[in-house]
Amino acid sequence: MKKLLLSSIIVIIGITFLGRLSYLQIFSFSPDQVLEDPAIKRVYDYPERGYIYDRNGKLLVGNDPAYDVMVIPREVRELDTLEFCSLLGIDKAKFKKELHKARVYSPRLPSVFVPQLSKEDYARLQEKMRHYRGFYIQKRSLRYYDTKSAANVLGYISEVNDRDLAKNPYYVQGELTGRTGVEKQYEDILRGRKGVQYIQKDRYNRDIGKYKGGIMDTLPEQGLEINITIDKTLQEYGELLMNGKRGGIVALEPSSGEILAMISGPTYDPSLLVGRERSKNYSKLHYDSISKPLFDRSILAEGSPGSPFKTLNALVALQEGVITPNTTVQCYNGFYVGRKKRGCHCGGGLRKLNDGIYKSCNAYFAATFRKIYDKFETTDDGMDVWEKHMKSFGLGQYLGYDLPTGKKGRIPSKEYYDKWYGDNRWSSSYIISNSIGQGEVAATPIQLANMTAAIANRGHYFTPHILKKVDGKDISIPDFVEPKHTTIDKKHFEPVIQGMADVYEKGTARWLQIPDVKIAGKTGTVENYTKIDSVRVQLTDHSVFVAFAPVEDPKIAIAVYIENGYYGSRYAGHIASLMIEKYIKGEITRKDLEKRMLEKTLEKEYAKPYSGKEFKINEYVW
Amino acid sequence: MSGKSVLKRIDWLSVLFYVLLLTIGWVNIYSSTFSESDSSIFDFSTLHGKQLFFILTSFASIVILLALEANFYERFSSVLYIISMVLLLGLFAFGKTIAGATSWYDLGFFNLQPSELAKVATALALAKYLSDIQTDIKRNKDQLYAFLIILIPAILIIPQPDPGSALVFFSLSFVIFREGLPIYYLGIAFFAILIFVTTLMFGTIWITIGIALILILFFLLKKKKFKVPVIPTTIAVVLTILFSLSVDFVFNNVFEQRHRDRFSLWLRLEKDPAKLEQIRKTIGYNTYQSEKAIESGGFWGKGFLEGTRTKGDFVPEQHTDYIFSTVGEEWGFLGTATVVLLFTFLLLRLVYLSERQKTGFARMYGYGVISILLVHYFINIGMVIGVLPTIGIPLPFFSYGGSGLLFFTALLFIFLKLDANRLKEGI
Repeated sequence: MKKLLLSSIIVIIGITFLGRLSYLQIFSFSPDQVLEDPAIKRVYDYPERGYIYDRNGKLLVGNDPAYDVMVIPREVRELDTLEFCSLLGIDKAKFKKELHKARVYSPRLPSVFVPQLSKEDYARLQEKMRHYRGFYIQKRSLRYYDTKSAANVLGYISEVNDRDLAKNPYYVQGELTGRTGVEKQYEDILRGRKGVQYIQKDRYNRDIGKYKGGIMDTLPEQGLEINITIDKTLQEYGELLMNGKRGGIVALEPSSGEILAMISGPTYDPSLLVGRERSKNYSKLHYDSISKPLFDRSILAEGSPGSPFKTLNALVALQEGVITPNTTVQCYNGFYVGRKKRGCHCGGGLRKLNDGIYKSCNAYFAATFRKIYDKFETTDDGMDVWEKHMKSFGLGQYLGYDLPTGKKGRIPSKEYYDKWYGDNRWSSSYIISNSIGQGEVAATPIQLANMTAAIANRGHYFTPHILKKVDGKDISIPDFVEPKHTTIDKKHFEPVIQGMADVYEKGTARWLQIPDVKIAGKTGTVENYTKIDSVRVQLTDHSVFVAFAPVEDPKIAIAVYIENGYYGSRYAGHIASLMIEKYIKGEITRKDLEKRMLEKTLEKEYAKPYSGKEFKINEYVW
Repeated sequence: MSGKSVLKRIDWLSVLFYVLLLTIGWVNIYSSTFSESDSSIFDFSTLHGKQLFFILTSFASIVILLALEANFYERFSSVLYIISMVLLLGLFAFGKTIAGATSWYDLGFFNLQPSELAKVATALALAKYLSDIQTDIKRNKDQLYAFLIILIPAILIIPQPDPGSALVFFSLSFVIFREGLPIYYLGIAFFAILIFVTTLMFGTIWITIGIALILILFFLLKKKKFKVPVIPTTIAVVLTILFSLSVDFVFNNVFEQRHRDRFSLWLRLEKDPAKLEQIRKTIGYNTYQSEKAIESGGFWGKGFLEGTRTKGDFVPEQHTDYIFSTVGEEWGFLGTATVVLLFTFLLLRLVYLSERQKTGFARMYGYGVISILLVHYFINIGMVIGVLPTIGIPLPFFSYGGSGLLFFTALLFIFLKLDANRLKEGI
């Protein structure tokens, strides 16, 4: 018994150890990934972020080097504090404070000691730095904007957050990523790929050589430069015109779908979101809940399209054969919905398609709209056909452009009205407002511009897009190159376009003609309401305008949506006209028109609902 | 007696285990202390170079140990014991302090750790005392003397402080048990440890409930004829509960926080993740790092000189007390299992050898050797793999260190010499 005691103890110990070791090394073993191993440090080599140019090769966004003085507290040795402080341009108290702060953070890890030196300071310090052990200069790259415009298009970059980290394993804490706009959309192209070096370190965090002789290390891949379709001059000019106005402008090249300008007012200088003041500026912009400068109205603001939508109703009616260009409608300075009369500003009389468009006759289009529905046995069938035609212009759905945000807008369907009024408890008179672009239809400025481009192209459009070249080479993305055909035959476009051209010749925009350029356009005046203390209050109409030019060989299609700008030709029409002239001619011949737009603001109009007093709308004052 | 005949009669199996352990140990010391700039393995300015020198010295000493007369060890054991006690005493005056423990004499080229010598000497002295014809281990007085032989060096070593080595001397009580000390002494000690640990883990209340349940079960299952000794049982139960209460009291009021932390680390008492993290960074740092290093080795290991945590010196004292974690990281479960098996085989072989001894002295010395090796091996690996609290004690034949290696070698080979000579005895 006693002889066996010691032997059994030895065996039991052996079994216990083997059990514990197999638990550690076999059952709870997780391959000690390089990523999790505290003994391996990854050192990153960041490539420079790609530049962004406009369609003509003008620089929009570049990089600026910034120099941070870094410190590793435990490596700091005795130094001539006085001289060092004067080199850095700080006082001794600050020196002590920063050093203390760094030491509290970590004695072994680098901290920023003085951020963002100027280039001059850097040049002066560079060669003296090696005398100060524990200090060194780290170069960083900041975004530099060669324009004060296009903040909504370009977007900005900021540090990755926990969500980004969870979503994409590429990033580590502290890295930057595109947050909105082009910077976000083309993050992968602009960013390039960082290089990694694996460094073996000891428990004091000191480097003791390359891990496995560096076989896992990678070199950085340069970020690529891109050209975007924006025309820098046009974009900047449009933003000047938007001075003091809220709304969105989108200009497209109809023959390609390229976005020439995408303006949201009010906007901000993109360089506000770079560098030391970034977060302060950001909160300021973020918390401006009245004018919402961070809200990109050009692609996010859904509103009633107003009268420009009449052109589409005309096209649908022509396609369905319910009218011809010569079909007449009598306008009694308005039209009746049941017993209720709705007004019209065309002056009354017998209207055909042509003057129905250029005089923007509500009665004509109400009748036309009814005819579309009367063709079919049920309103449901009429609704389906109408919805199909409208959606073929890219309305009521995402357009598929290459920007990270967007809105669908709305083309109401029979399901929509069934839900709203109850199954089959509505008829064409319930939805008659859609005939003139009020009611339930809604579109964003880019959708209006796209619709205009489709008309300009006589029946097809190209998906609007922002990317033009990558690394100097033209891109070829099938979705952007293939035309999207509308459901309207080509022949039906001419009479409608003639009507739109006559808007300039003799219609609602006749004083906005551009010498030597033939334009087709359509004004829109959109009634709108807000709630003040939960009372529905009407505000000054939105001013809407769509146009393309030249009529025979369209180079530009534009939609302008100015909130509370009153009737269509007033603000929106002016701006559209100026933008077209700027783009096609390169200069403005009508200086008085330009001066008016640059100077007039709508600030007073926007202040009205917040004044707490009764106010008048649609005041005819320049 | 010639050296040649010793070579014929020596137990080569034990020698094989010894050499294997030494080799594996040195390979891992090399890995732990290796740096890219090292030129040659014979560079004595490096730790692995020095260890190689110690290994060669040990081999040389084996020749001397085997050449000496077998009965020299028995005859001079008392003298050796006294010398080593004097050396231990001398530490109080002339000792050199390394890492907080005054355990060394500075001999210039070499730091001598007399506690290592004392282990050999005590094992010899105990064997000699117990094998003396006049000693009867059933007598209380003789039991006391036997324990004194163990206790004196232990008491001298505790204040160095070196609780690990002190524990080694207590392990020599195995020898006394083997030679007839009633086994219930061991049973009581084991029971006390059990109550100590369970009290810390579950508390006195659960201990009491547990005992009550066992008693009830016992009464239900016992044969009717069996008479329960009421008074001794009651006393035993009361004593147990009192002991359990005193454990609570001692743990909370006498122990210092660092001791409490060690125990709570060992028994996984701390459940709060924040505090656990704190313990891992402070008192539990070594254990945590060494467990992690071993775990990261997996089944196959990372390969020789490929252990990133070893290279990064993440485990402190990795070439001495924590050498086993290098085995774990670089050689994986294959390596650790091999080492555990080698120790198990060596110890079992030594048990077998001891039992076949003709003389009491050789047998008891054999048991002494086993006890000393076993307790080192048990406490060291147990600590490194996190099943025992942190007690600084080297792994025999493995850990870096000159005196350690030399005296472990002496410990083993004196026994092998006695074994080789067993047939000659009594002639």
